Amino acid sequence: MATSATTHAHAAPQGFIRKYIFSLDHKVIGIQYIFLALTAVMVGMFLSLLMRIHMIWPTAVLPLVGEIRPETYLSLLTMHGTIMVFFVLTTAPQGGFGNYFLPIQIGAPDMAFPVLNMLSFWTTFVAFVVMLAAFFVTGGAPLHGWTGYAPLSALTNSGPGEQLGADLWVTSIAIFCIASLMGALNFITTTLDLRAKGMTMFRMPLTVWAWFITAILGLLAFGVLLSAGILLLLDRNLGTSFYVPLVVVNGQVMGHKGGSPLLWQHLFWFFGHPEVYIAILPGMGVASQLLSTFARKPIFGYKAMVYAIMAIGLLGFVVWGHHMFMSGMSPYSAFAFSIMTMCIGVPSAIKTFNWLGTMYKARIRFQTPMLYAIGFVSLFVSGGLSGPFLAQPVLDIPLHDTAFVVAHFHLIMGVAAIFGMFAGTYYWFPKMFGRMMNETWGRIHFVITLIGTYCIFMPMHYLGMAAQPRRYSQFTEVAYLQHLMPLNRFITYMALITIGAQIIFIVNLFWSMFKGPKASDNPWESTTLEWTTTTPPPHDNFGGHTPVVYHGPYEYAVPGAAKDYVMQTEPAGVTAH
Amino acid sequence: MGLVLLAIIWLITFFSTYFFAAQTWWLPHGVSTAAPWIDHQFALTYGLMGIVFVAAQGALGWLAWKYRAEDNSGRAEYSHGNTTMEVAWTTLTAILFIGLNLMGSHVWASERFEPAKVGSVPVEVTGMQFAWYFRYPGNDGKYGRTDPKLMDPSAGNEAAIGLDTADPAAKDDVITGTMYLPVNREVDLTLKAVDVIHSFFVPSFRFKQDAVPGLAIHMHFTPTEIGEYEIACAELCGLGHYKMHGMVHVVSQADFDKWLAEREAEK
Repeated sequence: MATSATTHAHAAPQGFIRKYIFSLDHKVIGIQYIFLALTAVMVGMFLSLLMRIHMIWPTAVLPLVGEIRPETYLSLLTMHGTIMVFFVLTTAPQGGFGNYFLPIQIGAPDMAFPVLNMLSFWTTFVAFVVMLAAFFVTGGAPLHGWTGYAPLSALTNSGPGEQLGADLWVTSIAIFCIASLMGALNFITTTLDLRAKGMTMFRMPLTVWAWFITAILGLLAFGVLLSAGILLLLDRNLGTSFYVPLVVVNGQVMGHKGGSPLLWQHLFWFFGHPEVYIAILPGMGVASQLLSTFARKPIFGYKAMVYAIMAIGLLGFVVWGHHMFMSGMSPYSAFAFSIMTMCIGVPSAIKTFNWLGTMYKARIRFQTPMLYAIGFVSLFVSGGLSGPFLAQPVLDIPLHDTAFVVAHFHLIMGVAAIFGMFAGTYYWFPKMFGRMMNETWGRIHFVITLIGTYCIFMPMHYLGMAAQPRRYSQFTEVAYLQHLMPLNRFITYMALITIGAQIIFIVNLFWSMFKGPKASDNPWESTTLEWTTTTPPPHDNFGGHTPVVYHGPYEYAVPGAAKDYVMQTEPAGVTAH
Repeated sequence: MGLVLLAIIWLITFFSTYFFAAQTWWLPHGVSTAAPWIDHQFALTYGLMGIVFVAAQGALGWLAWKYRAEDNSGRAEYSHGNTTMEVAWTTLTAILFIGLNLMGSHVWASERFEPAKVGSVPVEVTGMQFAWYFRYPGNDGKYGRTDPKLMDPSAGNEAAIGLDTADPAAKDDVITGTMYLPVNREVDLTLKAVDVIHSFFVPSFRFKQDAVPGLAIHMHFTPTEIGEYEIACAELCGLGHYKMHGMVHVVSQADFDKWLAEREAEK
């Protein structure tokens, strides 16, 4: 453990390129991931804005963009989902914050494999460029949705965008899988091998637990998606028939025979469901860390939290069939998947109870990071409670593929995860950039974003109950959807306001980077190792020495201690666990 | 700020719950034998989840306000948790979630585990970009052969699904673009797709099932009220997904027989 740590240290690099572009420093790589995700989220958000506008003004001609046709809408939808899931929700919480803070929080000088780490980032970057390229080729971006169901995705003549655009889409995802596998290996090895002396597994901050389990999920899930993607490329380009049976497209008999459209769904969701937890687990870790820190109270039920993360990770691999209740899969297996899905609700509920328990008899400081952590809990509850509806096959009959599902996953894996990232940004910004973000604008940003988010996604439940199917570019063709138009218009207006309010965050971020007040080494009076080192941390994180850990991560309000918090490195003798 | 949080969270909870409870936007009127069962399970789930939602959000807002630190003096309670409470809420949640699931399972079983009963009305549904076709096997009760090479979507009906008129069983097959069903008779549905996956969704029947190329999926349901109901495609199938729309006419048995006879006569 601690002995091997020193062997991984490497000398501080000289020169701009080695320092900031092809850096081996996990901190620089973490920030690179965060900026990549920030770029991706702005693209993804812009696409969703165009979609919302098209939904309520289908014939509007927009400046620069022109008229959005139904096929354009579907391309926007596909790219919005893919970019958000892969390049934002997977990239920032794990690749970004995980990269920067996992090594520091366990007292390591860097990741176990710094070169692999650099390679992993630049591979992700290439994947992103390939994905964006799909917009600019003939036919444009694919229209098969982020789930890319075959045969729609496997045939080159099933619609516009399904030629080169779809090939680029699959290729990008395959490249992304390779990058994520490299990252996952690095995270797992680092956590297991590079912990400082005294940093036992059960003294790791819950953020580290979350990143560690997320990495294991990534290792097991991305390999499957990679294989699935390669088979899809073969079906598309070499005439194989993994996913395509004998089909006739617009009167033309295609050459495929004997493939199974359901095979793609099984492989995709075998990845896709763990992916949901890959997106949300780091957010859960951040919420736990921040609730304890700002409540000035130890986390309620640390071990229960760890076991809950493990249970979520394990169960996350046996629930994928709940995406397929209406697919033609055996109704008996639907039964099994449904029970397992209900089971995964239990550890999620345990986490919520523990977060509330942490706030009980606390002394809560409401700085911006804490606001976002509380917002995370609220959104996690709201998004989580629609789960038991969708987990029941019988209720999935009316709700599957309606706006109800869109509401569910946006609340929980979309905005809850993004609130986790906002919380992490406001919390760790001082450590990363040596300056504080503006508190007033942080609060204003929080209030608008929380209310706006609910105004966008809560009404989508009602739309889904009223049977509004998802992925409809316009609602002009179905009579029963007409009375839902006022609600759709309301959602679009709220989306315009909420997206607009994100300018506050962007300005605050960049302004504070250069003009914010200087941050001290431990501005939030936190206990974990990143706050024991200087701000920003030196190249080897701890300036030549390796920290020794004496306590668990959340020793707040310890009776008899001099301050209301005990750092993990404070020598024993202080009464704390 | 604690008070602001309490206000925001409670207001969000109030408005969200109000529109659920007032049923301002709700499931469409259900007109199949399964609809009351599904709606009952929906109402039960929504009641229980509603209680948990209000309790959790209420507690979150209250805790934020109640335990706000007005200054940096004083300390929180030093506690690492409570194992009894952990066990209690784990058990309760498990009972609630799994129990709820089991309560709805008989509806699923009756819908999907048993085939259609003898004497039900056979209808074959074929989805293609971007239309639904409905086939009735005629007096012989047999669907005639179809051939992918004969499919011509632009010609519609028989030609669209590639009906092989050389097959004697095909002679009395009726193919239409609008679905007719007799009221209160079970429908023995066969779902097919020729190009990509589509999903046959009739909200009023509480019925949805994907139509998958390469598979013939058998389903059954019983409409219970005369009327016209909309079919929407619920699986992304290409650029015309949003307009892959159809109608079901549920009519009396006499009207259904008359309609079918007229179609036979037209052939």
